[in-house]
This record gives sequence, C-alpha cells and structure tokens, in this order.
Amino acid sequence: MTTLPARPAAPTYDTPESDNYLIHDKGFLSWILTLDHKRIGVMYTVSVLLSFLVGGIFALLVRTELLTPGRTFIDADTFNHFFTLHGAVMVFLVIIPSIPAALGNFVLPIMLGAKDVAFPRLNLFSYHLWIAGAICTVVSLVMGSFDTGWTFYTPYSTTTSAGGVVPVIVGAFILGFSSIFTGMNFIVTIHKLRPPGMTWFRMPLFLWALYATALIQVLATPVLAITLALVAVERLANIGIFNPAMGGDPVLYQHFFWFYSHPAVYIMIVPAMGIISELIAVHSHRQIFGYRFIAFSSVAIAIFSFIVWGHHMFTSGQSPLMNTLFSAITYSVAIPSAVKIFNWICTLYKGSITLNTPMLYALAFIILFTIGGLTGLHLATLSTDVHLHDTYFVVAHFHYTMMGSALIAMVGGLHHWWPKITGRMYNDKLGMIACAIVFIGFNITFFTQFMLGSHGMPRRYYDYQPEFQTYHVISTIGSYIMAGGFVLTAMYLIQSLVSGKRAPANPWGGATLEWECTSPPPYYNFHEAPKVGEPYDFSNLQWDERGEGYVTVKPTEAKA
Amino acid sequence: MSAHASHGDHHGTQGHDDHGHGGGHGHHNAEYPFLAHHFETPAQQFDSAKLGMWLFLVTEVLFFGALFVGYAVLRSRFPDVFKYASAYLDTTMGAINTGVLILSSLTMAMGVYCAQTGRKTALIVCLWLTMAGAAGFMVIKYFEYTHKFHVHLVWGEGFYKPVTDDGGLQRAELSSTAVVPLTPAQTTMSSGAVSAQQAATPSFVQLPAGELTAIAPPAQGPAGMAPEVIDAKAAEHAADPSTHGHEALHLQDASMPPNTHLFFAIYYAMTGLHGIHVLIGMGVIGWLIVRASRGDFGPKYYTPVDLVGLYWHIVDLVWIFLFPLFYLID
Amino acid sequence: MGHAHSNSGPAGHAGHAVQPLVGHLVAPWILFATGTALIILTMVTVAMRYVDLGEANLFIALAIAGVKATLVSLFFMHLRWDRPFNQLMFLGGIVFVVLMMAFCLMDTGQYRGAQFTGNPVDVQAVLDRDAPNAPIAAKKSPDLP
Repeated sequence: MTTLPARPAAPTYDTPESDNYLIHDKGFLSWILTLDHKRIGVMYTVSVLLSFLVGGIFALLVRTELLTPGRTFIDADTFNHFFTLHGAVMVFLVIIPSIPAALGNFVLPIMLGAKDVAFPRLNLFSYHLWIAGAICTVVSLVMGSFDTGWTFYTPYSTTTSAGGVVPVIVGAFILGFSSIFTGMNFIVTIHKLRPPGMTWFRMPLFLWALYATALIQVLATPVLAITLALVAVERLANIGIFNPAMGGDPVLYQHFFWFYSHPAVYIMIVPAMGIISELIAVHSHRQIFGYRFIAFSSVAIAIFSFIVWGHHMFTSGQSPLMNTLFSAITYSVAIPSAVKIFNWICTLYKGSITLNTPMLYALAFIILFTIGGLTGLHLATLSTDVHLHDTYFVVAHFHYTMMGSALIAMVGGLHHWWPKITGRMYNDKLGMIACAIVFIGFNITFFTQFMLGSHGMPRRYYDYQPEFQTYHVISTIGSYIMAGGFVLTAMYLIQSLVSGKRAPANPWGGATLEWECTSPPPYYNFHEAPKVGEPYDFSNLQWDERGEGYVTVKPTEAKA
Repeated sequence: MSAHASHGDHHGTQGHDDHGHGGGHGHHNAEYPFLAHHFETPAQQFDSAKLGMWLFLVTEVLFFGALFVGYAVLRSRFPDVFKYASAYLDTTMGAINTGVLILSSLTMAMGVYCAQTGRKTALIVCLWLTMAGAAGFMVIKYFEYTHKFHVHLVWGEGFYKPVTDDGGLQRAELSSTAVVPLTPAQTTMSSGAVSAQQAATPSFVQLPAGELTAIAPPAQGPAGMAPEVIDAKAAEHAADPSTHGHEALHLQDASMPPNTHLFFAIYYAMTGLHGIHVLIGMGVIGWLIVRASRGDFGPKYYTPVDLVGLYWHIVDLVWIFLFPLFYLID
Repeated sequence: MGHAHSNSGPAGHAGHAVQPLVGHLVAPWILFATGTALIILTMVTVAMRYVDLGEANLFIALAIAGVKATLVSLFFMHLRWDRPFNQLMFLGGIVFVVLMMAFCLMDTGQYRGAQFTGNPVDVQAVLDRDAPNAPIAAKKSPDLP
C-alpha cells in the first residue's frame, strides 16, 4: 500500500450518494444563511482563496515595480498603497482565517465526532463579520486606500493623508471579532462536544493545534481591537494617546500592536503545524512519533507567544532592559518548534511513505519552516537584529514562515481534505508538479531576499541602489514562477470539480474520524455516533481495490 | 434561517439554538424544548453556553485591559497630571454611580435567582430595576460629560481652546476648521495678575437672542465642581442668561502641569467604552424583559438570564476599577 | 458529555423547593450580603481619599477595588461554584493583562527622567494660536525650538 495504483476512472460500484451536505439544500440563501459548519467552512475557503488571489496580484505588482531602480510602471505613492494592501489583505483576510476558519470549520467537528460546532449561529455570524470586514477593505480602497503598512504604526497612520485608513481599521476591527468568535466556538466545541471515547489524548493533533490557536485568538485579538479603535479615534478626534506631538507614546502603540500581532503569527503557524502533523502521519502510514510532545508543544507555543512581542521593537525605542528580556525569551520559542520538526522527521523515518501531493506539501513545509525558523533566531539576536531590522532579511524570514509555512500547509491541507470536502479526486501528478513549481519559485523569490537584506536593502522601499538590481530581478522572476504554480493548482482543482473521479470515503488511509464518513460527508456528519479509536493507529486500514480507498478491517484480518 | 425552516424534519417549536439538523440525532425533545439538536443533555448545552460566555468575558477583560495598560503607562509618565486633573472629576457623582452600578448588579444577581426558582414576576421586576440602574448611571454620566464639554475639559486640542460661547465642544471643533475671529478680553484671575485670553462670541455664530451676554466670572476653582454642575444644568433649564456662561477655568490655572489633556483622553476613552458597554447592557436586558414576560425562563431554562447577568457583572467590575483610578487620586 | 451537573446547589445554600435543572443556586442572603459589603467598601475607598498616605493611597485603593472585584466574581457571578476551567480562564485573562502591564511599565520605567518636560509641539502650537496668555502656554518644552 505504498502508492495509489493508477486505475481507470470508472468506479466499480456506486457510492451511496443519497444525501450529502452539498446537495442537502439548494439555492443561494441555503448557503449564505446556513448553520452547517461544513458549508461555512467551504464559504470561508472560497472567500479566503479569492482574497489570496487579490493579495497575490498586489504582490506581483509590487515585485514587478521592483524590477528596476526608480520608476518601473507605478509611482511611489501607488507602490506604498500596493505593498500595504498586499500585507493587510494577506494577513487579515487570508492567513489568519485560512486554516482555523476555513479548513478548521470544516474538519474540526467531524474529526471530533460532533454534529456541529457548539454555537452554529455564532459561527455563521463570524463568517458574516468576515464578509463585512472584507467590504470595509473595499470601501477603504474606494475612499483613497491606505499606505501605512499592515502594522498601522502611529503617528504615521494617524497623520497620513491617505483617505482609507479609518475604513480599513474598522475592517480589521470587525475581522478581529470574526476571529475571536471562531476561537470561542472551537474551544467550547473541543471542551464540551467530544463524544464518548474521545479523550483529550485521542484527539488528532490538528485539533490540539486548533485548540491552542483558539486560545491565542481569544486572548490576543481583543487587544488588537481596542488598539485599532484607539487609532481610529486618534485619527478622527486627535486624542493624542499615541501621538508624540500631543504628548502621547508611539512605543505604547507598538506594545499594544505586537501584544496581539506576535501571537497572531502563531495564529497562522500553529494550525499549520497541526495540518502537517496530520499529513505526515497519514501519508507515511505510521503512528505519529511523540504525540504528547507535539500536542503540548502547540500549547507551549501559544503561551510563549504572549511574552515575546518586544522582539519586533528592538530598534524602535524600547528600553535596553526589555530588549534583553524579550531577546532571551524569544529563543525559547525555538524549543517547541524544534520538538515538532524532530517528531515529524522521526515519523517519516521508516514510514511507508506515499509520495503524493499532500505529502510533497508537508515536506516542503518542513524545509521552508526550518529555514524560516532558524533565520528567526538571527533576528532574535539583538546585535544582528540591529543590522537586519527592516531589511529584506526580515521580509524573507516572515515570508518563509507566513507563506512558505502557513500558506503551504493550508494548500497542503486543502489537497489532503479536498476529496472529503468536494467528493472528487484531483489529478495527483499535476498536483505534484504544481507543488514543485511553487516550491522552486518560492525559494527563488525569497532566498534571494535574505541576501538582499543582509546587504542592506531596506524593506518597503520604492527605489534602490543599482547594485541590488540583480537580486531584485531574480526575486521577481521567482514570484512569477510561483504564481504559475498556483495558477496550475487552481486549474486542476477546478477541473477536478467538473470531471474529477468520485472520491472514496478514505482515499489516503487516515485513521481519524473524518475519513469514516462518506465523501462528501452527510448533512449530519455521522448517521450514528462514531466509534472513537486511536487517531494514528493505521494497522486496521487496508487498501481496497474495489472501492479505490482504504477500508477498516478487523485486526486479525489485517495481520493475515 | 428561512432556508432551514422548510426542510426535513425541522420542528418549528424548537428553542432558539436549534437549526434543524434533526435527522437521526436531533430529536424534538418534548421535555426540553430549548435543547438544540447537537447537544445531548441540557447540562451539556448550559455548560457550553457558560464556557462560551466566560471566554467572551475574557476577551472583555483583555479589551479593557489594554486601556488599563495605557492608563498605567500614562500615569507612570505623568504622575503629576493625574494628581492634578483628577480634582476636576466629581467624586460625589462617581461614588453615586458606583453605588448605582453595584445595586443594579445585585438586582441582576437576584434576577438570576428568580429565574432559577421560577419566579416570573419577581424576575421581571429585577430586570426592570437593573435597567433603571443602568439608565440612572447613564444619566449621571451624561451630566458629567456635558458639563466637561462645556468647559472644554476634553481630549486633544479642544482642551487648550478658550470657551468662546455656550456652544461647548461643538465650538471647539468648529474653530479648528474655520477661522474664528477672536476678541481678546482682559479678565482678572483669582490666582494673580495673569491675564487669559477670552473671546467674545463671533458675530457669525447664530445664537438665540438673550444669550449674547458677558461670560460670568469663575465661580469656583478646579476642585469641587459638583455644585456648579447642578447650577449649570439648572441654569440651562431656566434659561437664565446671567449664569449661562462657562469658562475653560483650567486654562487660567498656573498650577496646571503640561499634558493634562492626556488624562482626559484616557478618561474619555475608558469611561466612554464602559458607557458603550452599559448601553449594550441596557439593550440585552430589554431583550430579556421581553422574553421573561413571554415566560421563556424557568428552573429548566434560564441560560440567557445567567449569561446577560455575567455580562452585566463584568461591566460593574470594570467600573469598580475605573472609579478609584480616575476619581480618587488624592 | 452527559455530565450530570454536580454543582446543583448544596443544601447549605438553598433550602428551596424549586431547584434549577442546571447551574448553581445562590441564596439571596449571600447576594444581599455581597451587595452590602460592596457598598461599604465603596464608602471606605471614598473615605480613604481624605487620608494622605502618599504612594500607598493608590495601592490601598487598588486593593479595595480588587476585593470588590473578587466579591462580584465569586458571588454575583457564581464563580465560587463554577467549573474550574471557567475560573482558570477568567484568572488567566487577568494574568495576561497584568503581564502586559508589567512589561509595558518596566519599559516606560526605564525612561523615567529622560522624557522631555513642557508642552508637546502640537499643544504648544494650539496654545500659541488660541490662548497665548494662558499660564500653561508659558510651559514650553525646553527641547523644542
């Protein structure tokens, strides 16, 4: 059972398709007002992917402008708007909701064996809030956009003449509450809706990761909300709390902002790690190595994330004592992250690896996250950070973690659960080719930027010294390659919806509960309460030629 | 929701959390009509709701918490400002408001008790009392705010603008955009021979006849504004022109430290956010009154009363800290 | 799952015929005692204003507010009888606020004495334009031109 054998497309027998969540109700309203977590998850996925397209187009525009020093095709102000839009859209509309709200919503209750999340209405409400936040961003574009960077640093954000700052702040405020409500829902669901037999240590690691993420969402996001509210009030009524010209304290703003936004980067990465734990275990058909270590390291990262925010402020006037403290604590985050990497590699070791698209994405994640994580240590070191701060080195570092890790995991997870979500198989060969293209393009784009940064190219600059041009050209070409990979991905995924093979209930041989229900799942997730077993015990699963999927067999049969 | 009402085995009489997943699991429960389909027992549903509410309260704690951090940082930077400016706040009104909120918290807690024990009328009375407390709080807050607006005890630049007429804050905003002709007038200060600029009402500002009068001399110093507040309100209602004027007294005070406006910035930010929470609280309590009158609550099902109660107590709890931090400095 | 609620009111607190299906019943006398205590503590904290203990005043006021907040959460909010995880979350939220405050105050504290005195630049501009004769207008910041 190492690889999926190539088989003719015609299914040998019909899967009972009497009822699933996709066809249970019909019509636009049945989607937009649904309380079904699966549909909400699908709507989130579609919305997030559309936003990804928008944010990606802005990224390509920014990269294209940087092909030459000076003006290439847009002026400096437009450039400032474009990189800000790229950042804000990618952070607030894409990465933060991508895994918890999109994939998490779909997968969490099924994996848990529950019928739904604890508060279905709140769940729908948080999706509507997401829409409202996205609309605010569009309103901001109409009203003159914003050029503050996604960080909204004061006093620039309170004094810039760009007209769209307040609407986008309102948007981010609303998106914050969308995120909070999702987090609340997940915590309560995991605490209160576990079926009999689903103990904490039988939970799949993705759920542990979502749980840790939800804790961060609930604890950190309100601080962002109030901070942004203060910025908006500051802009509208000049209250002066963050404005040095009014006696206020801009460093206080940065404390507030990073108290949320550092944990927020873990809102992005922790669920990504959860997905990778699933992908690695399922596609190497091997019991995950060090289950409890991975589970607790997620929670440890969540807690550590709250006491390292000052490492974003080493050069912004934070006091030397705090710099030293934050630098020291930041190193400690490397420990739980490394624990995960070691455990994944140990899981792969002597596993029976199926090299398919999700697995390729998981391997890409491990490589990219290792690079992203280790360069984080360069930046956590006070002395080197003074040199590297606000250069392309930082840009490369966080793209390796945010995009190379979080988004790659999201795309990997999407491929992993695609058969479950849509009921269709995609073209695995094209999937692997696209993954390779994205991986190569990504590294060309961003590894170059490490070199740019260490040579002193500052981030967010419109113009640069001619000696940097070679690097910029390479980086831009890389971004086109990467875009090509994503276009190919979009093409074969859409193609699979039209003419993809019917997906079996368990195409990969996963042992978690979502693989027990049909693909796509029935409206009620489970017709009868599922039997909860060990999430990573693959010994009872066997490849079934007839149904082209894995089926559960009795232990004795499996050994035979 | 309408899309769901039509399908399958939905039972239209089910409680508010139901969304018609019916099917093999979600059975209409005759004993517990409020039980949503994805919960097995009322206890599970109650525990879930309660945990959710507590998590929401945690977000509230952090929401206000950031402002408390802002307060702490400002106070540690400008201790003299806080000592000085606190005297402009009316301790009596603050104390009354604290009492009002505590009592409304008590009536809310009693409301939960009444709901738990099935006392419908008593529950409605308790909710109305709580509502009255909330309204009383807002009325007192309104008096505090309006008085401060009139004398330009506000945030930002308006704090440093002399009062030119009775337009209060509105005038301050106006003068930041439009050019206002100022006519200096010499005023003798109680503190000494320092003259402050006072502006007469610009001719283009339309005011009712009889209000274009001389500005009354300062009646009191910074501390103990309470009697004047009442006077001011009374004056407004009586439309007595002789007591109608207000002045930015703080501008004539030589002992005022720089950056005093920051105290009022954080004061309005925190009490304003708290006030918004009180208003939201009044909204949800009103919703409870409607549902309680309909007889929705009893020993079997009182979750909404309990959750709103928790919310209302956290509003009280925040005020318990705001009161000493703003009103009781020296 | 199917937790029969174990907290349904020990007899000591509620000798009533009607018991709620779920949750804890807190007897009215506890609620009224808590309310009375809160009012008394409010009076005490107001009275403390007239006793000058210097810096200690702030901490006494905060301590009283802390006691009041504890009373509200324990009895009005039934936290005394609530599930441990709810207690933990609430405390955790407060701990995170304290943590954030501690770090920010440590940072600000490092700069005490190094901050400029006098009016900030925008304030000075407003004063010079609108109220040049106010005493505060003379408190120019020495660091500003």
